[in-house]
Amino acid sequence: MYLSTVSRPRTDPPDVEPGRSRRRIALVSGNVLALGTVSLITDVSAEMVTAVLPLYLVLGLQLSPLAFGVVDGVYAGATALLRVVGGFVADRIRRRKLVAGFGYALSAVAKLGLLLAGRSVPMIGAVIAVDRLGKGVRSAPRDALITASTPPESLGRAFGVHRTMDAVGAFLGPLVAMAVLLAVGRSYDAVFVTSFCVAALGVVVLVLFVRERDTPTREAVATGPGGGGPAEEPDEGRPTVRELLGLLRDRPARRLVVAAALLGLATIGDGFVYLLLQRRENVDLTWFPLLAVGTSLVYLLLATPIGLLADRIGRLPVVLGGYAALGVTYLLLAGPVAGWPLLVLALALYGTFYAATDGVLIALAGPVLPPRLRTSGIALVQTGQALAYLVSSVLFGLAWQAWGPQNAIRAAAVAVAAVLLLTLLMLAPTYRPVPRKVS
Amino acid sequence: MTAMSTRVKIGVAVGSALLLGVVATGYAVLAAEPAASPATAGAGPVTLAPGQPRLLTITDRHVASVAGTDPGGARTVSNVECLRVYAAAGTGVCLAPENAWSYRVVVLDSALRPQRSVAVPGLPNRARVSASGRMISWTTFVGGDSYTASGFSTRTGILDTRSGSTVMSLEEFAVTRDGKPYRSADVNYWGVTFTADDNVFYATMSTGGKRYLVRGDLAARKVETLKENVECPSLSPDGTRLAFKEAIDADPQRGWRLSVLDLATMRVTPTAETTSVDDQAAWLDAATLAYTLRQDDGRPDVWAVPADGSGAPRLLVPDAESPSPLT
Repeated sequence: MYLSTVSRPRTDPPDVEPGRSRRRIALVSGNVLALGTVSLITDVSAEMVTAVLPLYLVLGLQLSPLAFGVVDGVYAGATALLRVVGGFVADRIRRRKLVAGFGYALSAVAKLGLLLAGRSVPMIGAVIAVDRLGKGVRSAPRDALITASTPPESLGRAFGVHRTMDAVGAFLGPLVAMAVLLAVGRSYDAVFVTSFCVAALGVVVLVLFVRERDTPTREAVATGPGGGGPAEEPDEGRPTVRELLGLLRDRPARRLVVAAALLGLATIGDGFVYLLLQRRENVDLTWFPLLAVGTSLVYLLLATPIGLLADRIGRLPVVLGGYAALGVTYLLLAGPVAGWPLLVLALALYGTFYAATDGVLIALAGPVLPPRLRTSGIALVQTGQALAYLVSSVLFGLAWQAWGPQNAIRAAAVAVAAVLLLTLLMLAPTYRPVPRKVS
Repeated sequence: MTAMSTRVKIGVAVGSALLLGVVATGYAVLAAEPAASPATAGAGPVTLAPGQPRLLTITDRHVASVAGTDPGGARTVSNVECLRVYAAAGTGVCLAPENAWSYRVVVLDSALRPQRSVAVPGLPNRARVSASGRMISWTTFVGGDSYTASGFSTRTGILDTRSGSTVMSLEEFAVTRDGKPYRSADVNYWGVTFTADDNVFYATMSTGGKRYLVRGDLAARKVETLKENVECPSLSPDGTRLAFKEAIDADPQRGWRLSVLDLATMRVTPTAETTSVDDQAAWLDAATLAYTLRQDDGRPDVWAVPADGSGAPRLLVPDAESPSPLT
């Protein structure tokens, strides 16, 4: 049946001579590789700016950066809404690549906007909002393209490889920014121009190498007798808003979106986790940024292996395992372990949490969502998570104020356990383990 | 796209990469900061030792001094590079760049020779020396994890040059707010000013979207709030008044009015400076404040205004920042 026909990961585009040995060794399809490359390049560009922006604002422009936090909450809400709109538009015009490309291009242009904004605080705020909007708009269509280019039983692997490439870019970004600064001194605008050029290259790679649809031959295979793979459904007209709302009435899809939001409620945010760790261990403040570096390193190393594991043992257990790792991280922050063991263990578990949940959750969602509304569905999942996280970080701040940091983090661990149980009860009944390759 | 072969696509991609590389490199070459220019006219030794009244400033990123009687006149520029400077009783503090992205707090002797230094996280913002020259304090901005996530916090530290002990962040101190013990993850401090006993100090504490004047006790490691909407306090030479920046309508987005608080009556007097002042002012004498204002392109000038609300602001030292009186 189709299992044996489509389960083999497609690696090469059809216009490359067949029969090459790399087809056998490649982990993921060419389209996923292309999207991973775009993400890698774009993250280099984005993290260059992240690394330099504080220097630019405080030393270059002599602005008081505390004013920026205020603008933040307003934009977060707007971005969440626009993400869903972007996802729906991508489904409706059936051009995910176009919408994703629009998002990438928007972020690229924002880098130049930083040059033009000058010392105007509202303008800088607006430019950052545009950048974030671009990020919000592109992630759902990109993940939908990865889903569409991958046989369902290999989704964990595909997202794992993609997120690894993404993380590599995020790692390189600050290094590139430092290299530019070493060359030009304090001319921060040179970093922004370089960042724009890197982002523009990302868009070029997307336009040239990412395909809206996977190879025609492949769809023919997949939609053949008994086909149910990732291929698009036959044309039934454009999805309507009513259908989008209907998606939330569809039991498995609705449960997934609700579960994602619930899981979002269990995360208190990196800021709090690193702050607690720093205070417990009295980490020298100058080394503080290394806590985030440690977590990203674990994420980078584990994203692909955990994606592969998810394909073998199932995605739901892996996602829930990831949240269990998060719960244990919280407990460690309030527990008896101290010193280096605490730092290493906490960062390893925290990185594992990201590796086991970020891509795997979308891999879990992909097959549940109807292909014609998949981008909207992924956008809903991501938005639900993002909004829930906003709520939980505020709640955690209040808990800290009322009960103190140690009790607040214990409460967060209890919340993780409760959310885990609820998610399990909600998703287990409709959860079907992924089809396994017939050997 | 269908018409394009893989070979052509790779060619286009490599071509674009080269083109964009040339653009980035070209811009970098044009924008590159010129090599540090040697000190301009009047270069010479700047000293913190007692002598004629002078005003210490930063000019073009270097410590400089001008005569107190003729602040707009000839200035002496040292080769000591600092982003911010302050001095009292022959001791200086300099927030000095270590490289393009990290900074140190450097304690200077009266000949501007480094005596000791502390690596600090983030970007330098405020620096102060107590009147006796013993206590050094500083504030830096620390970036968030991601610039698209919520942004900045501050870290304020204190160094006792006599005992050598350091507090890296006031966040470790116990807080009493409106008479009750208080704790929160979002507590930030900035702008310390010490009293004559080198133990009690004033500073700004922000939490829950509000900014408070706090009085701190270094030995007891605690602070208590005194008043809302007071930032960057600077104690007068006689210890009775605080110059500070007051957010207009308690909203920092609308800018700050340079004002003076009488500590006995807690009455606030706005100065005649109506332009928004984002600085920790310095007392030139018992009746005059000095502070930095920036032009639209970011170039700084040092201004002065009477502390009692009378008169009008006057330009003191053009193209300079971070004023600190020397006697």
